[in-house]
Order: sequence, then C-alpha cells, then structure tokens
Amino acid sequence: MPLRHKDLLGLEYLEREEIELILDTAVPMKEIFTRDIKKLPTLRGKTMVNLFYEPSTRTRTSFELAGKWMSADVTNIATSTSSVVKGENLKDTARTLEALGANFIVIRHQMAGAPHLVARTVKASVINAGDGRHEHPTQALLDLFTIRERLGRIEGLKVTIVGDILHSRVARSNIWGLTKLGAHVTVCGPRTLIPPEISRMGVEVTCDLGEALADADVVNVLRLQLERQKKGLFPSIREYSDLYGLTRKRVEKCKPGVLILHPGPANLGVEITEEVAEGPNAAVHEQVTNGVACRMAVLYLLSGGGKPGEIAA
Amino acid sequence: MRLLLKGGHVVDPQNGLDETMDVLVRQGKVVAVDTAIDAEDARVLDVCGKVVLPGLIDMHVHLREPGREDEETIETGTLAAARGGFVAVACMPNTDPPLDTGAAVRFVLSRARETGYVRVLPVGAITRGLGGTELAEIGELRRAGAVAISDDGRPVTNATVMRHAMEYASMFDMPVISHAEDAELSAGGAINEGYWSTRLGLPGIPAAAEETMVARDIFLAELTGARLHIAHVSTAGSVELIRRAKEKGILVTCEATPHHFTLTDEAVAGYDTNTKVNPPLRTQRDVEAVRQGLADGTIDVIASDHAPHTAEEKEVEYELAAFGMIGLETSLALAVTELVRPGILTLGQLVERMSYGPAKTLGLDWPGIVPGAEANITVLDPDASFVVDPAGFASRSRNTPFSGRRLFGKVVATVVEGRIAYEAGVS
Ligand SMILES: [Zn+2]
Repeated sequence: MPLRHKDLLGLEYLEREEIELILDTAVPMKEIFTRDIKKLPTLRGKTMVNLFYEPSTRTRTSFELAGKWMSADVTNIATSTSSVVKGENLKDTARTLEALGANFIVIRHQMAGAPHLVARTVKASVINAGDGRHEHPTQALLDLFTIRERLGRIEGLKVTIVGDILHSRVARSNIWGLTKLGAHVTVCGPRTLIPPEISRMGVEVTCDLGEALADADVVNVLRLQLERQKKGLFPSIREYSDLYGLTRKRVEKCKPGVLILHPGPANLGVEITEEVAEGPNAAVHEQVTNGVACRMAVLYLLSGGGKPGEIAA
Repeated sequence: MRLLLKGGHVVDPQNGLDETMDVLVRQGKVVAVDTAIDAEDARVLDVCGKVVLPGLIDMHVHLREPGREDEETIETGTLAAARGGFVAVACMPNTDPPLDTGAAVRFVLSRARETGYVRVLPVGAITRGLGGTELAEIGELRRAGAVAISDDGRPVTNATVMRHAMEYASMFDMPVISHAEDAELSAGGAINEGYWSTRLGLPGIPAAAEETMVARDIFLAELTGARLHIAHVSTAGSVELIRRAKEKGILVTCEATPHHFTLTDEAVAGYDTNTKVNPPLRTQRDVEAVRQGLADGTIDVIASDHAPHTAEEKEVEYELAAFGMIGLETSLALAVTELVRPGILTLGQLVERMSYGPAKTLGLDWPGIVPGAEANITVLDPDASFVVDPAGFASRSRNTPFSGRRLFGKVVATVVEGRIAYEAGVS
C-alpha cells in the first residue's frame, strides 16, 4: 500500500494506518543508512529541491541525506525572509522549480499554509518541512519513531509537551500523530504561550510543570525562541527557566525510564539543562538519526513505494 | 419614458404594502401604485410571481476609484451593484488619494455621473490621509456631497480624535462610521482567534479586538450625543454591547455583512485566501448572535463590505494575502438564502435591513414605493436559484469565498431613478 497522497502537508491529513506505514517503513531505512548498506535506487533520476525560506541546517541536512540515500539529485535553495516580505511570488517560484524538473519540493516557510499553496500549484510532491506555527510532520514522525523504538509502543502512553505551544509546529504535528496513535497528550507552558481552545485537539492543558511531569512516560521539550520575551509573552528567561526548565531534579521526580525528547537545537540551561539533554533518559542524538530514516520512508512512500518488506535492504 | 411593473408582489413595510400591485413610473418618479393599472404607452415589465421592493442600498462598499482601478472602478462596481439589486452604494474613502477633501468627493460624484449605473454616496474621511490624527474638513466634505465619515479599514486609535470627530460631525448631522478594531490586539492577526487559529497555526484576532472598540465608541457616542454607526459587526459581544446601548437610548446603529451571518472560521481550513477578511470570520456562536441581532433589529443594516482585490493580491501565502472579499453580486441572494428562507427575516424585515435601514442611517430622503417618490425599485425572484460563478461577475475582481455555492434569490430588475439599470436576461 503506497500513501494515498501526492504530498505530505501535515499529520492532520493522514490516517492512523498511514502514519504506522511510514514508521514501519522507516525501520529498514534506518538499517540501510546506519549500517552503510548501499543506497536505494528508488529516486534515481529524480530531483528533490529543498526550498528553505527559514534557515535550518538540521532539517535541511537531514532531508538532503535522506534524498541522497534514495539516489535522488538534491538541490538546496535558501531564500531569505526578506524576499517573502518583498512579495517574491511563491507560486511563481514553485512553477519555476517544477519547470526545472523538480519531482519533490521540500519546503520550509515561516507562514502556515505555504506548502498547501505550493502543492495546489505543482504536480510535484510537496513535503512540508515546517510551515509557520502549523505543522512539521517529519519532526513528529521521527519523535513517534523514537518513542516506539525506545518504549515499544505509543498506544496508551502519557506524553507531555512542554514549552511554547502557541508558536510550535512541532507541538501541533506531535498532537496529531500521538492522538491518532492512541497516546494521551498533555501540553504545558505559561498561559501566554498556550493557544486558545487547544483542548479541542484532544489534549489536556496545564500550566503546572510538576503536574504535567508526574505520570508522563515521554516528555517532549520544545525549543524556546528567546525573542518571544521581547514581545512580552513572559517576563524573563530566568523566570521561564525556573518555571518550565527541565532539570535533573525535575526528571528525578518523573517515572523511572521517562523518555525525554527535544527537537533541537536546545537552549541549554533555558528549557533543558545539558545534564538532562545528554543524560540516559534523553534521546536527542537518536532523534537526529531517526529523522533521516523517517524522511527516507516518506520519500519512498510518496514516490509510490509499497510495503516495507519489499525494500531490498 | 414610462415603465409599468405589472403583477408583482409589492413588499414595502413603511407604506404598509404586502400585496399584488402594479407600479407605474414616469419621468423618474412613481406615479401610481394600484391594482390593474393600464398604461398603453408604457414599457411593461411582467413581474408576476416576483417581489417588488423599495430599492436596496449597500452602505459599505469599496469602489477603489481613484487609485486602484485594477481592482475595481466606479463603472464596474456600480454595474455589479445594479446586478446585485442595489440602487445606491455608499463608497468608503480609503482610495488613493483618500476621500479626505471636497475635491476628492466631487471627483467620485462626477465619475459616478459619467460612468455609474447606480447612485453613489461617498463617505468622507474622518482624518486627513486616514492618518488618525488631524480631522479632515468635514464641513467641506458634507458640502461636496459626503453622506457620512469614516476611516474604514483603519480604526481611529486615539479616543480624543474620535470624540472630536463625533462632536464635529454632529453639527452636520452626519453619522460617524466606526471600523471597530483595537490595532494592538489584532496586530499580526489573519483569522479569528480560537480553535481554528490554533489548529491552522495562523495568528489570531480575538473578538475583544472588536468589542473593546465598539464599547469605547458607544461611550463616546453617549458623551457627545453624536450618531455612531458600527461597521461590519462580527461578534456576539458586539451585538450585545449595541443592544444595551440602544436600550439606553444612545444614538448607535450598526451593520452586518452576509459573510458574517453565513460563514465561520472553519471556512479557512484549506487556507483559501478568499476567506481572509477583516473583521475575520468568527465562530458559530457569533454567526447565531449576528442572525439574532438582524432578526430583533439590533442590527439595522445588511451591508456587503465589498472589497475587491486582484488575483495577485490573493494567490499568496495566507498571512500575506489582502483582507477582503467582494459581495455586491451575492449579498441579496445570501440574505434570501440564509435569512429569509430559514424564516429568520420576513421579506418586509429584509427591506428594512437593506433599504430603509441604510437610508435612515445615512439620512436619505427615502419614501419607498409611493406616488411622488423617486422610482428606486428592486425586483427580485426569491425562489429562483443559481450557482455563484465569479467568472460571470460584473465586478473587476473575483475574490469571493462563495464560488460554486447554490443560492436562492435572483435579481429580475433594478430601477434607479426611473431607469432600468439592470434587467435579467438583457445585458
Ligand atoms: Zn472596515
């Protein structure tokens, strides 16, 4: 069963079975590139363009490696924020990329819905690599993969997401993916960074970190954009850190074996201490590795690839 | 020229008419309203089975001329109005240059005389350059023919400036039209703040951004005794504030748009930028409150806030897209479909909201369908349906979220000052 979609715009639009298919497919993909088996020929002769309107070395490199492992020709286009504001037309850019032969357009954009606009414009497959505060589906997929790999399941787990929920696409994609796979999700952060009516997305909401951590199996700590403080969303970094920073003391009060995730790059000492980020409960580095595997799986399935068993690893 | 509207059902609550009547028009005036009129030399329009209404007025449109003739002109906008059943439109002053001088107002009126299909009623600016600080020459605007003042599109942030505008406008008995928005609460917002802004990851505009300004302007109207009109009311809270202000006897009127009584913010789900409008589409609770306000008369007027934009301004990222949607050619049908057919408004109440309400708000002499009155008449077939097709619009722009929707209520004819400005089947 290939994915029934041309594009990956968000986990919102996927069925549970489709998410599971991607995660299952990522298992042999991880084998392939961690054990340095030869590349997959799936995307030979295909072109993948990374169209990044926001700088993100991590996500871009991860997609680039995933594309290369699938034998795609990969091109990176970094476009500055200012060109968006100046009104350089996204539709025109998308059409141009398609005319130049792009089969996959991986787009990172600071505005929600930008990948949807591109997907409506071109026949190429569009992969959302983060759109504003909307979704970052491959990040959530790698988080799900990491949880499944470490804890063996997702169904029934209690997952807490801590931090700036309001501006976080990682939070929204995680909420869609986790709730579809049967986890219980709690979001936690200062009231000013919790978006209205988020409980209608099927999550618990609390501003009390102690409560949010008490019976969590997984804690996903979001990166804090430090400039939010200037907008008056919280009074100081120090106070944020006091109230919401994940420290060893706080981890010690959690369930033993609690899994700690962070999408990176972390502000060490702000939302998470280095001790915790590098400690035994954290999976920060595995997340990076798993990201490549999940992105390979997405490319494979969007290009019409079938069941994971068919992958010649 | 004589015109006989034969066999239609005349609905004119101010003149106590709700029956089948013929209407005879001569030299721009209604000369007879009676059963079985014979007039051999008159052009006869058989309007059996149709309803004949006092001419409708859309008191909130953007005609974009001068300055943005690529979006709309007085010619295309007034043709769209005629096709939508409107005999008159009030046009907002946020043109380029803005209507903040007598000369600008006279320009619009002269272009309307040369190219317009329906009557154009210019709304002058409250402040010079719509800058929100110095009052425009409101007396001069009035002499030139402005019917009201507004800085529509931009709220008057400074309460003292708004107070002085109200005091000054009251000397000329002009209403002050408030685009109620706290620009700091709404800053950066693209859609209503709520579940859908959260889910779609789009920055939100809270209901309070509108309601705090509605409250402020009501207090200023009470302070000054001036006539205040709140444009495009979109939230349950605003409706409630205005209801209470009216109970207190404060001189406040208000309008609601068809999109605010029809659509909710859920319509934004596919990131269709034709759903981007200011104030934004709100929640089901707000839609119901607006409908209730229209039913009980708290909301005096239905106005479209017709806001044409080019495809280039709309086919971009949602946050970058221009606010606004066109409405002249769908407004009446949406009112028929969403309000009259479900029984929220009677046809008589529809006439109040779309003809007498705006006329009274703007202080027009508007006697209705009665001998001696200027013949401004809308003929409507409320049972005929059509599918909205923007490609067929007279408007120069196409930005509507209602494309493809089946609506009831087709305009049969629009009679402006005794002339047929639009007749179905005749282009
Ligand atoms: Zn406005």
